[in-house]
Amino acid sequence: MKRATSVVVLVTIASTIAAACSSGKAADKTVVLMSHDSFAVSPSVLAAFTRETGYKVKMLKSGDAGEAVDKAILVRDHPVADAFFGVDNTFLTRALDNHLFASYTAKGLASVPSRFQLDPDHHVTPIDSGDVCVNDDLAWFGHNGHPSAPRSLADLTKPAYRKLLVVENPASSSPGLAFVLATIAASGTNGWHDYWRALRANGVRVDDGWEQAYDTDFTAASKSGDRPLVVSYATDPAADVAYSNGKKTTPTVGVVPGTCFAQVEFAGVLEHAKNPAGARALIDFMLTRRFQEDVPLEMYVYPVLPAAKLPPVFVRFAVQPVHPFAMSASTIGSHRNAWIDEWTRIVLQ
Amino acid sequence: MSRRAWRLLRVGIPLGFLGVFFVWPVAAIIGRSLTAGALHDVLTDGGYRHVAWFTLWQAVVATGLTLVVGLPAAYVVARYEFPGRRLFRAFVTVPFVLPTVVVATAFLVLFRPGGALSFLGWQRGVGPMLVAEVFFNVAVVVRAVGGFWANLDPSRTDAARVLGASRLRAFREVTLPLLGPPIAAAASIVFLFTFTAFGVVLLLADPAHATLEVEIYHQAVLLFDLPIAAALALLQMVAVITLLLVLARMQERRAVTQRLVAARDTARRARGRERVLVGAVLGATTLFLGGPLAVLAFESVRVGGSWSLAAYRALGSSAATDTLFVPASQALLNSLGFAALAALIAVVVGGLAAVVIASRPGRATRAMDTLLMLPLGTSAVTVGFGFLVALDRWPLDLRAKTILVPIAQAVVAIPFVVRAVVPALRSIDPRLRDAAAVLGAAPGRVWREVDLPIAMRAFAVGFGFAAAVSLGEFGATLFVARPDSPTIPIAISRFLARPGALNIGQAMAMSTILMLVTGAVVLAIEQAQVRRLGEL
Repeated sequence: MKRATSVVVLVTIASTIAAACSSGKAADKTVVLMSHDSFAVSPSVLAAFTRETGYKVKMLKSGDAGEAVDKAILVRDHPVADAFFGVDNTFLTRALDNHLFASYTAKGLASVPSRFQLDPDHHVTPIDSGDVCVNDDLAWFGHNGHPSAPRSLADLTKPAYRKLLVVENPASSSPGLAFVLATIAASGTNGWHDYWRALRANGVRVDDGWEQAYDTDFTAASKSGDRPLVVSYATDPAADVAYSNGKKTTPTVGVVPGTCFAQVEFAGVLEHAKNPAGARALIDFMLTRRFQEDVPLEMYVYPVLPAAKLPPVFVRFAVQPVHPFAMSASTIGSHRNAWIDEWTRIVLQ
Repeated sequence: MSRRAWRLLRVGIPLGFLGVFFVWPVAAIIGRSLTAGALHDVLTDGGYRHVAWFTLWQAVVATGLTLVVGLPAAYVVARYEFPGRRLFRAFVTVPFVLPTVVVATAFLVLFRPGGALSFLGWQRGVGPMLVAEVFFNVAVVVRAVGGFWANLDPSRTDAARVLGASRLRAFREVTLPLLGPPIAAAASIVFLFTFTAFGVVLLLADPAHATLEVEIYHQAVLLFDLPIAAALALLQMVAVITLLLVLARMQERRAVTQRLVAARDTARRARGRERVLVGAVLGATTLFLGGPLAVLAFESVRVGGSWSLAAYRALGSSAATDTLFVPASQALLNSLGFAALAALIAVVVGGLAAVVIASRPGRATRAMDTLLMLPLGTSAVTVGFGFLVALDRWPLDLRAKTILVPIAQAVVAIPFVVRAVVPALRSIDPRLRDAAAVLGAAPGRVWREVDLPIAMRAFAVGFGFAAAVSLGEFGATLFVARPDSPTIPIAISRFLARPGALNIGQAMAMSTILMLVTGAVVLAIEQAQVRRLGEL
């Protein structure tokens, strides 16, 4: 018995070491892709890339969006990867100012609408877009004597919606930051202070991250949740149906119009990449229909390629806001840290 | 092997390992980022002073509370025989490995209106944060102190009692001094854990409160202000080193050699009124630790508001494989493989270090002891960024290699092995060794036949802890993670990051599996160690 145990332990150790060593042999036919933690792609789609180009993809995940960019910048001169996915418009200038990417004009970029092409020098290539919006619990509002759902940012400060909203801390959460940017875009660089003072007075709750806000506090996602309004994504109604274990045919999560902020995510070829050809092939692949059509159900964002067909659950339930708030990447880049500091003083202290 | 070579190895291996995988990376990132201006800013800014002060006092309070909760349980486990004793010891370890985000969820569910603890009126704040810190760390006290306590010869206390000392006095004047070193050891580990608290602060304290660890993360990752982050990291390390040196000295002074006996000879069934005491301690501890665990298990079988095993079934589906890149069962195997490897490295490196530290008290060994503990008191961001900038060239370009996972886990686990083994080795009566030597045993044989059997239990405790540290380690902040080899905690976080009832259910199901696996692993280690101790 004792011997059997030690044999099992030894075999486990040996196989782990073997796995570690074999994966270490990076041939030229491997492309290493660094990304944030939320990157996802269907294995079959990746297999198609390998079939078509001969390159195998090795994925590295490096924390949330901001953290992954930071790590890539830290190792810029000796990169761990060839390509990077997941820098968005809120962190774009940090990546560009630090010369993280080599310039490359992807095949297929011409078919991407110009509103997504935020980098005229083509260091980065737009891959997907999404909107951060306030979501509401459709089963809560308008039932049991509760008010009807809010319609705009201004509504959120009304007494009827007191203690109903949970947001994420912009200092630690990417949707949290996007929502603050929406309020700045809406009420101007002077007005947004007052708006947040009003939100605070109206009992807004600040959570550290999206997981806590959505999974724990949002009434539509958690039985013990106590907030029927949460800052999340415009595609969540589709996810609500897709991940309902077959119980829902219509979502109980809605999107509050007039609260949305447009996010665009980019990928690029890293400077000093060991396999720049492979990285370029991967970026090209990300703009093909096969990859673009995989994006919605894997990452719950929209493809940037207009020709990409959306899955039915998206067509029916995901919301594509008509006029989301937007802001230039350079404005965000030069004010981001100061705005977060000001927000912290107003809302948390 | 010659004696000289052996001496060189047992100092060289721990120092080399720590040097490459801790000192060098941390020195590289701090050296590259630190500026005099940033250091000046950090030292003169009232805001940072406030953060440092909060960090210190919450750590002191949490450590004290952990001892208050953990010591009675340590006593009962060490001294009394009761059905399910080993199960209880394994159960106590479970909270230690659970991901913070999962535990925070459980606590919030308990505290909120309608929850079992809603009468406390707590939502988020320092109170819930302290409770969670105690919840995570009770295992350290129960196992580290309890393990040692079980081997204490009860005849000394019995003698004091016969001589007329009250139970309390016998405890205060006989047991407590003997227990000093393991209590100090456990307290120092708990202190380091709470001093560098990160997740519990972000998730459970109100957002106005930050520890140094949180502030370092904020400066380094969000603002990308590496000079300020480096200055704060340096401040944190200086504070930790100061404290460790003081504690190491205390432990040395208070170490007493004593006769240790087999644990099975010291424990007995509770009699009369003792039964009430044992029952009360066991009940209270089980309730405190079991409440949040039960919440998680409960949530895993309630998907979208009705009873269902759908979450467990979904773990086996191709959708889960898509989310995790590998089948969920592979995440389990990865966790076990990493845990075995990390614990093995930690026991070898930490064990060698413990031998050195225990054999020659003095300034040099104290420095070594402090160095080995330091990883526990260093911010994860600092170590993670350090790995990225330091380990970037052949043959050490391990940044994207899977092997870095158990190595990084071992760096954190080594202090547990050292803290468990050193007190046991120090308590060995040198006359035993002398006697063996006089009778003609070579030094190697003395070690094998005197030190090793006595320290075996401590080694097993250390191995168990190292495995537990590894099982619960989230790893994503430490370095560049490979998504094709996710562990259970990484799988949990991946499910939690996706919307929809089924994803939350799967995260809770994975948490429940992690609890069961941890319990089973710890139980298996306990079984093995009990059998070996029979030879003592």
